[in-house]
Amino acid sequence: MAYKQTPSQTIGPFFAYGLTAEQYGYAFNQIATADLLAGVPDMDGERIKIVGRVLDGNGAAVSDAMIEIWQADGQGRYRHPADDRIANSGFRGFGRVGTGTDDQARFVFDTIKPASVDGVQAPHITICIFARGLLNHLFTRIYFDDEVNANASDPVLAAVPDDRRHTLLARRGEDVSGIHYTFDIALQGENETVFLDI
Amino acid sequence: MTDTLKPRDWEAHPPHRHPDYRSTALRGPTKPMIPVPSSLSELTGPVYGHEVVGELDADLTRNGASNGEPLGERIIVAGRVLDEDGRPQRNTLIELWQANAAGRYIDHGDSHDAPIDPNFFGGGRCVTDDEGRYRFITVKPGAYPWGNHTNGWRPNHIHFSLFGPSFTTRLITQMYFPGDPLLDLDPIYLGTPEAARERLVGKFSLDVTEENYALGYAFDIVLRGRNETPMES
Repeated sequence: MAYKQTPSQTIGPFFAYGLTAEQYGYAFNQIATADLLAGVPDMDGERIKIVGRVLDGNGAAVSDAMIEIWQADGQGRYRHPADDRIANSGFRGFGRVGTGTDDQARFVFDTIKPASVDGVQAPHITICIFARGLLNHLFTRIYFDDEVNANASDPVLAAVPDDRRHTLLARRGEDVSGIHYTFDIALQGENETVFLDI
Repeated sequence: MTDTLKPRDWEAHPPHRHPDYRSTALRGPTKPMIPVPSSLSELTGPVYGHEVVGELDADLTRNGASNGEPLGERIIVAGRVLDEDGRPQRNTLIELWQANAAGRYIDHGDSHDAPIDPNFFGGGRCVTDDEGRYRFITVKPGAYPWGNHTNGWRPNHIHFSLFGPSFTTRLITQMYFPGDPLLDLDPIYLGTPEAARERLVGKFSLDVTEENYALGYAFDIVLRGRNETPMES
């Protein structure tokens, strides 16, 4: 018997106390935070921040979005039964944050830079965006602008039109707090981010 | 690792922009999504199980209680999480949030002039069992006005968030209640393809109902499946 998919519905404006309660100061715990390094001190890989905003069609930062990321560890391994390699020291590779507690509506993840998963794909992080006004969550991938050679041979980037590929590249920077990659997500407009039907 | 995911069914899911739901106008993407074949990145995802579920997390009539029980109609919501081939999705996390019986969310951003219930928080979670079954106890959420259009009211609903076996099976949805007259007026519900809308409506179930305790609603959730390709020998 065939079963049909349950339709997606918007996360709406009031998800915070259910999904990101601690971040927003509610008396409930949350399963994951923006700090993917919490509780895993001895981990291989370069420590980085992923910093960005979700921009609407007017270029305004969306302050009621929820962002999730999923990534491999510093040796390119996922912590999941489908990846039979032994994962890196308890690094789970999943983060979740709302954009409503930062004064610029940014999301800021503390994590490590993933390695290539399979030697073919360039290092990347899968990112998922939920918000009021999004009837479906949006998937895309964060690539790293300093991985020039790996990006040049990545099959997903190759499937993206040349003039839109830059929307998937996070820009590397460094300041006193360390290395950060900036990845803004444009929901619409001239530089609309490429979203992936995965 | 030769599995591939069945595609997201765009005859089931809403379009990115639905003009009657005004917030989609500046937020829904306008360019076509780019299809990408499944790789390990798509076939894996966060694994959460019983370790993240507290003792009271599936009972919203108790997990926010301070000095009594929440007001409202106590209900049980139960069902199965399956994939498109009917396979139970075992040990998968469900997170849930909703308004109280008066139609007020505990959320700081909710300014609706309806009372907060000091004994109701409105958030919970549970994990499906070996047959993909889940069960929550809560109170029936109230309807509430929203600013989308003149005299617009959201139908009673409960928000559900699920993971399934991989990050790409992720689903956030809403369960509605049968017979709600607001459904035919709700731009979010009506933004869903007509043939798929009824899948969002829980069914009153005497089997789920518990005598002298609470009415029951059955709500099954179907996540994307996968195509299994035989291994090459």
